[in-house]
Amino acid sequence: MTDFSPGPIVLWLASRYENLELAEAVLLHVCRQRGLAGENEHWIGVALREALANAIKHGNRGNPDKRVYLSIGGEGDELKIVVGDEGDGFEPDAIADPLAPENQLKTSGRGIFYMKTFMDDITFSRGETGGTVLTMRKNLKAESSTKGARSA
Amino acid sequence: MKTTVTTRDAGEVKIIELHGKITIGAGDLQMREAIHAALAGGAKKLVVDMKDVSTIDSSGVGELVGCYTTATHKGAKLKLMALPPKISDVLTVTQLITVFDVYTDEKDALASFG
Repeated sequence: MTDFSPGPIVLWLASRYENLELAEAVLLHVCRQRGLAGENEHWIGVALREALANAIKHGNRGNPDKRVYLSIGGEGDELKIVVGDEGDGFEPDAIADPLAPENQLKTSGRGIFYMKTFMDDITFSRGETGGTVLTMRKNLKAESSTKGARSA
Repeated sequence: MKTTVTTRDAGEVKIIELHGKITIGAGDLQMREAIHAALAGGAKKLVVDMKDVSTIDSSGVGELVGCYTTATHKGAKLKLMALPPKISDVLTVTQLITVFDVYTDEKDALASFG
């Protein structure tokens, strides 16, 4: 069923953390439609939650009047997730390395790292009307999203 | 699964039991409040029981790190027990698994305090 590609599902979400549950439920539905379950489904869900939480917290600054765009699609074996916010944009390269010893005990700054770890590819760009657009891709045939965490 | 956080005593050790998601806007603040309440009550030995945690995100991890630092500054010990594989993975990829004292079960966790 991995060649089942009904086209992207698009949601516009108010900037509320409760909406992460709705978005994750939609993601899980798409994953199962495309024959994916188990561990990868879990890790893609974690990446999606991180992306949406970033858009709500850092992009839209928690303003419930600002919306978050979510598209879940991709063709063939690829899952493509796009998350956009209505904020002022940000510079992803300015995010400190959470693995650096001086950052190890910081209480924030790990979200993008988790997205990079659990997805195959993530890119940031500016939205056409401002804000940040995050695109994440995952090969649904990949075996593990934790990239060997348990053997580390 | 609804997130719940409960605290119980095992001798002089406070066991903080987490159930469900420890994520932004859900269990992250509940966990912090429970741990801070135990510390405010004078607890010096704390174990966070994670066996029923289904998901943790960067916010939950951040709160856990913050609680660890707060406990240490107060002269208390905060340890973790019964990490499900997915929760262990999340701590492993950010190398935090080496920061926390992690135990398989309550017996080992309690014994570690000596």
